[in-house]
Amino acid sequence: MTKKQKKSLIRLGVGVAFLLFAILFPVDSFAAEPISTWIKLALYMIPYLIIGGDVLLRAVRNIFHGEIFDENFLMCVATVGAFALSQFEEAVAVMLFYQIGEFFQSYAVNRSRQSIAAMMDIRPDFANVEIDGKLTQVDPDEVEVGTIIIVKPGERVPIDGVVTDGASQLDTAALTGESVPRSVKIGDDVISGTVNMSGVLSIKTTKAFGESTVSRILELVENASEKKAKSENFITKFARYYTPAVVGIAAILAVIPPLLFGGVWADWIERALIFLVVSCPCALVISVPLSFFGGIGGASKCGILVKGSNYLEALAEVKTIVFDKTGTLTNGTFEVVEIAPVGITKEQLIDLAACAESMSTHPIALSIKRADKGEVDSSRISDIKEIAGHGISAVVDGKSILAGNAKMMQDNGIAFTPYSDAGTVVYIAADGKFSGYIVISDTIKGDAKDAISQLKALGIEKTVMLTGDREATAQDVAKKLGLDAYHAELLPDDKVSMVEKLLAEKAAGTNLAFVGDGINDAPVLTRADVGIAMGAMGSDAAIEAADVVLMNDNPSDIALAIKAARKTLRIVHQNIVFALGIKLLVLILAAFGDATMWEAVFADVGVSFIAILNAMRCLKVK
Amino acid sequence: MKKIFKLNDLDCANCAAKMEDGIKKIDGVNSATVSFMAQKLTVDADDAKFDSIMKEIVKVCSRIEPDCEIVLK
Repeated sequence: MTKKQKKSLIRLGVGVAFLLFAILFPVDSFAAEPISTWIKLALYMIPYLIIGGDVLLRAVRNIFHGEIFDENFLMCVATVGAFALSQFEEAVAVMLFYQIGEFFQSYAVNRSRQSIAAMMDIRPDFANVEIDGKLTQVDPDEVEVGTIIIVKPGERVPIDGVVTDGASQLDTAALTGESVPRSVKIGDDVISGTVNMSGVLSIKTTKAFGESTVSRILELVENASEKKAKSENFITKFARYYTPAVVGIAAILAVIPPLLFGGVWADWIERALIFLVVSCPCALVISVPLSFFGGIGGASKCGILVKGSNYLEALAEVKTIVFDKTGTLTNGTFEVVEIAPVGITKEQLIDLAACAESMSTHPIALSIKRADKGEVDSSRISDIKEIAGHGISAVVDGKSILAGNAKMMQDNGIAFTPYSDAGTVVYIAADGKFSGYIVISDTIKGDAKDAISQLKALGIEKTVMLTGDREATAQDVAKKLGLDAYHAELLPDDKVSMVEKLLAEKAAGTNLAFVGDGINDAPVLTRADVGIAMGAMGSDAAIEAADVVLMNDNPSDIALAIKAARKTLRIVHQNIVFALGIKLLVLILAAFGDATMWEAVFADVGVSFIAILNAMRCLKVK
Repeated sequence: MKKIFKLNDLDCANCAAKMEDGIKKIDGVNSATVSFMAQKLTVDADDAKFDSIMKEIVKVCSRIEPDCEIVLK
């Protein structure tokens, strides 16, 4: 609670005490009309001024500033009007409830501001630099690229860099929402914003503070509220017309029926006053931006950065999702996916292959060596020969080994079972006899299949994969993941035209999202309705061009982002319907003389309060 | 030139909207956003007249919400 809030709470308490006194004081027992009325007025004026004095002051001040239709003014007219109608108790109570409502409102807004701010509290305050043999804390902004910084356990890594000394565990939860710590050792890249958990790390900075991950993320999130959603703009526009309209109707209501139809002045003025109380659009004006702010904040907690409310809105309407393959749905690294030995064991086959490939640094050779459990003893191997476009021949344990493609087998007259599915295949022959083959392929990300089925469950109508890869590989991945369509062997330009074609095909009112990570994806990311970049550690260009950035490499976060977006939009719509519904209901009731000041106050501050509480739900993503 | 200012004691969301509206109407202001949640004002205005525009902005804000203070630095 802020100082200001505490003070207003005390003031309200004192006001309530005076109000109770005024209610209980037995004026009628010693004074008769009209003197008793005057005494009552005086008694009620005390709590009224204590409680609502500031509102009166502000109203007067704002009138001089030319701001007539503000809340303060409306509350004053309404309560002074009630006094004029001798409804003393109501007048004070309306002001009291208005103030209590305002109090809760400011309390709730403050709380949500704080919780969102805490979530984004990843800004490092200092960097430890060794100056003249002494560790000194300096402003991270002043650290030059290439400086060695020291990060102690419990401290936040301030700047992106490479570990030059030490090993530790890094907590990346603040950035990615991922709770499993990442272990780093000498030579590993570290990202700013992560928290060092165990050992002391020396880090050579590779970027300036301003370009480091943490600064980029903060900038992104802080600027998110600048890009307003359609519903936010709607509310602003609506508020501009709503208040004058209601005040206008109130004026008509107060004057016309008594003048033309002989209504009772007091009745109709009271109805008009109720209109004034209901005329503030605050519930909407506060809760709608708060919902978006909360939605963006909640998503960022899970490592999903949304660059603006408008993108959150667009995300909720996504019905077509186009994926890039490599690095998005697949890991982008080669791995042995199949070992098919003939006449020997799997271990023996991979061992033979690893020995033959032992000197090679080709990605395929590296993946085979990774798949081989044991150490390769170089004394077993001799006569390694690389035959360009074919493969490798070597002598292993005295046996002549061939490891290569189909052409190599054919040229050496070896009978083999050809493999025609997705991936790259290496055939192995020992002493002129076929011993089996090994298939190497880019592996599909662990959660990719799950991600696609989650998206399907969310009602995504079309999932398409675009890739520059071979047809067979693309088909295999598409089939395994259950994608609706795929387009293979595309050049970067083809991807743009393909996305444009899909944009033209999609149903009106729905959006197309493109998910990618590579540098060549930037044009497509910009072209799509919503561009989603995978892995903030991907290319800077892709992150720059994207509207939504997934800090983790998990495709399943796409579904999470859409869920968060839809939840936010749902809450926004709930609030709009709820607030307008209640206000309209009270207005109608008031017009027919069935609503009191009490309902009116509820329709104003009560509704605001409930809408704020509802908006706070946006913070919870998952 | 685009600049961001912190706003102190911005308590009313409707005022924030009105302030934004008022600032946008000032001559020389290309775009302006008042974020009620972030308590921040972002102004994009002509470089040459930025200081005088800022004075105008402060005036507009104090007219709409006298409690709210723009932190100029």
